[in-house]
Amino acid sequence: MIVQICVGSSCHIKGSHEIVDLMKKAVEEYALEDEVILAGSFCIGKCNREGVTIQIDDDVCTGVTVRGFDAFFKEQILGRLNM
Amino acid sequence: MRKFDTKVQHLKYKILREVARLAWTDDLLEHVTDIPAMITQGIEATMRCCVHKEQAIASERVKLAMGGDRSNPNVIQVIEMACDECPVGGYKVTDVCRGCLAHRCEDVCKKGAITFDENHVAHIDKSKCVNCGMCAKVCPYGAIQDFKRPCERACKVGAIAKDPVKECASINNNKCISCGACVYQCPFGAIMDASYILDVIDMVKKSDNNKNYKVYAIIAPAIASQFSYAKHGQIVSGIKALGFHTVVEAALGGDMVALTESQELVEKGFLTSSCCPAFVSYVQKEFPDLAPYISHNMSPMGALSKYIKETDPTAKIAFIGPCTAKKMEFQKDGVAPYVDAVITFEELQALFDSKDLDISTMSEDFLDNASYYGRIFARSGGLSDAVVQAIKEQGIENFEVSSVVCDGIEACKLALMKARALLKARKPLGFNFIEGMACQGGCIGGAGCLTHGEKNKMEVDKYGKLAHEKTIKGAVSVLNQD
Repeated sequence: MIVQICVGSSCHIKGSHEIVDLMKKAVEEYALEDEVILAGSFCIGKCNREGVTIQIDDDVCTGVTVRGFDAFFKEQILGRLNM
Repeated sequence: MRKFDTKVQHLKYKILREVARLAWTDDLLEHVTDIPAMITQGIEATMRCCVHKEQAIASERVKLAMGGDRSNPNVIQVIEMACDECPVGGYKVTDVCRGCLAHRCEDVCKKGAITFDENHVAHIDKSKCVNCGMCAKVCPYGAIQDFKRPCERACKVGAIAKDPVKECASINNNKCISCGACVYQCPFGAIMDASYILDVIDMVKKSDNNKNYKVYAIIAPAIASQFSYAKHGQIVSGIKALGFHTVVEAALGGDMVALTESQELVEKGFLTSSCCPAFVSYVQKEFPDLAPYISHNMSPMGALSKYIKETDPTAKIAFIGPCTAKKMEFQKDGVAPYVDAVITFEELQALFDSKDLDISTMSEDFLDNASYYGRIFARSGGLSDAVVQAIKEQGIENFEVSSVVCDGIEACKLALMKARALLKARKPLGFNFIEGMACQGGCIGGAGCLTHGEKNKMEVDKYGKLAHEKTIKGAVSVLNQD
């Protein structure tokens, strides 16, 4: 699974940095290093009013915030991996 | 508000704009020959001896806007017909001489080249004069002037001279570092940087609204002092309206370079910077013995482009900056795979207007990828500050950066000469880092800037402070996701 967190300007100021840190930590916590490939991206083209855009393989999720990260991770990452 | 410093820039801009306008609609081939008449308008000459010469020169400018003479490896090219063949007599006494009694000019001249006529007016015997300029310095009236071509005066590396046969300016490509100083200084606009705007337009068009591949614009931090009639966010909106997928700050590449370059400095103990392509070219051409000390890091443009192409292999990348020498850099073997075209701020303005985009009325998009330190690369001293900061952030102890900040190519020359002499004599240098910037003030003094001014440095610092990321590591860490 390729997970691209947008670090383009718009997402950057809405917290890409924090989301990247949370994602790295979560991947480590669940030992998903072999399943999940983390990568950056400059603008996925879905700039949102709130939160960060994350592309998982070909699907685009918008509005990921620090507060909503746990729910996002469970649903979108763990959910997709059937964990 | 004025968009350019000079009318020469404005003229060049108009040509670029019209070439671009036709290129967007695929009409260039059919209507390219109409452009000169559009520029001159009417049958009265306004710039040269006759409208026919004006149009002939305009045709030459059109050629340069379309990429110039491809057989010439240098992007800085002379429009021979446009050169006014300014007098090159050296020091001469002008009619301001009042025939005074003091004759300081005579006293100071070691060569005895000054004589006086029956009205006590000074004359210089050219067979004796060595152009030292002492007479001009001491004349209380400033009556003695150095008649030197503005291009030659601008060129601090001695790459321009009068062509002995054709009389016009001629560039020695073995010496030219493509900094563009002559382009900006020639009052007749007889020297121009060849343009890659057609490559950019082609790239954007063939992407089919970024569906076939994404077109990225990397924008140099000197942007902070440019397009002063609009806000930074509006410039980003404008670039996207041209058809780019997104805009990324080259300053982020600056952050990347600051980290790796500081490590290299600690490892090697003495280094020169590699950000400024004109400086790198100067070292390679005039100080080849010091070339091994040039940092092996790519420039911020190269480093960031490489990263983008690694995350998005089909990406096309255009660098937009103040620099004509970057137009040489992107064609080098190590950079060519990553950067597809380079244009200047002047050319960006032409592109905006070729699509009739008034960016000052647009909504504000975002531009925030880099830290303060990456952003201040745009001005002299910024790179050194960033290297010091990078060493601090990495917790490297027992290493003191002692930097020689070279503002302009003349300062670079002095530092390099000193380094050469001390290295040869195996004496301690007293410094361990040379920050070389070919343009006065750094990139904000670049020939491709729309405007140059005293306040530009302040604008860069102000823009730097607005950065969301406060540290170099902070800015770069989001990139290292794996």
